[in-house]
Amino acid sequence: MAIEIQISPGTAAPIYRQVIDQVRLAIASAGLLAGEQLPSVRGLAERLLVNPNTIARAYREMERDGVLESRHGQGVFIAEQRRVFSDDERDRRVNQAIDALVSEAVALDFSAAEIRAAVDKRLKESRLGHSRKRS
Amino acid sequence: MTDNTVSDNASSSFVIRTSGLTKMYGSTVAVDQLDLAVPRGSVFAFLGRNGSGKTTTIRMLLGFEEATRGSAEVLGCDSRCLTPDLRNRIGYLTESHFAYGWMTIDECERFQSGSFDSWNRDLFEAVIQHFSLNRKSRVKHLSRGERAGVCLAMTLATEPELLILDDPALGLDPVARRGLLEAMLYVTRDDQRTILFSSHQIDDVERVADHVAILDRGVLRVQWLADEFRRRIGSWVLRFEGSALEIPEIPGLLGVSRFPGEIRINVVGDLDHADSRLRLLNEVQVERLDIGMDDAVVSYMDDRGRRRTLLQSIGAGE
Repeated sequence: MAIEIQISPGTAAPIYRQVIDQVRLAIASAGLLAGEQLPSVRGLAERLLVNPNTIARAYREMERDGVLESRHGQGVFIAEQRRVFSDDERDRRVNQAIDALVSEAVALDFSAAEIRAAVDKRLKESRLGHSRKRS
Repeated sequence: MTDNTVSDNASSSFVIRTSGLTKMYGSTVAVDQLDLAVPRGSVFAFLGRNGSGKTTTIRMLLGFEEATRGSAEVLGCDSRCLTPDLRNRIGYLTESHFAYGWMTIDECERFQSGSFDSWNRDLFEAVIQHFSLNRKSRVKHLSRGERAGVCLAMTLATEPELLILDDPALGLDPVARRGLLEAMLYVTRDDQRTILFSSHQIDDVERVADHVAILDRGVLRVQWLADEFRRRIGSWVLRFEGSALEIPEIPGLLGVSRFPGEIRINVVGDLDHADSRLRLLNEVQVERLDIGMDDAVVSYMDDRGRRRTLLQSIGAGE
């Protein structure tokens, strides 16, 4: 399944960051699986109408973080996902995301049960809900 | 003062270099001691408000305007004596999208292809098609956007090593603007080619530029990699009770906008230092915000940002 990346300039998030977030999200929601190929830097840059250096930077950072792997002469692929953060950093990141979720949901008047149900539903849709082998 | 991160060595890696370039009209300084360095292969956005000196600078680079002081070098040659050979390697799209009105588009192509060494017919045709232009139309009967298409086709088809676009998006509709961006990306397929462009479309700048320079009243205030430009500017909102708040001295303070009970400030440089200074303020809620490219650029142009907003000058709304 090909990934549909869309970017919007004029927002607080730099374009390379938007690309990274969308690729990571696609992996987390099982839209992209290990071994799938991404468009070339030039190909994606011309489709999104952005400077190729911006895409190259996004790919480079994702390679560094173990999200992507480049195979010589073949292109860039989704890597087998492995843990790249320390335990503390991993905790910090997930807590940051949970804080944002909780404060938004509480502000919108959702009950604890409703929030739990919504999170459960998303977990089932995610990679964790699919019976795929994790590395 | 300009913060300049473009390294100084290897002069051949720059296709444009100016040194103390200055233009005066009478006692008015239009361009003030400009040290511009455009690296080969870059997509270099040259930003500034109308009248900030961008067009004057470009005209001096091309030798159409004489500098009062200082010097400029383009493709390694002094701008005052660019040879026809060198001019052949430069594509220049003027702000006014000039073309001879009595010519048809076909005649424009014959005229232009005759004056340049290289001519890419397919590219000319592709741009003409993209702008839905009829080759038999006379230039004087075209809309501004259509004329821009013809000029873009004529400039691109010469396959220039250095492309200088003076506000190419002016008067373009969204479809034509997209065509312009695609044309710029086409040029970058060859990494030895360089684009210098001025624009007021910050969204376009964010998409395609890898270098950003900002000219403010003739003075070059920024000349950075685009990524760095974003990273070096921070924005905060300060919320407080009461009517007034003294902002402490912060190095790199760019702009302060005051609203009732709220102040927004932008800072360039040492953002952690600025953050800790602001958090020392008593009884003020301090929040650091992400800043978009647009706000970052405007904070350099908007009279150092210290002026009141238009709405504040007009007065209370309700």
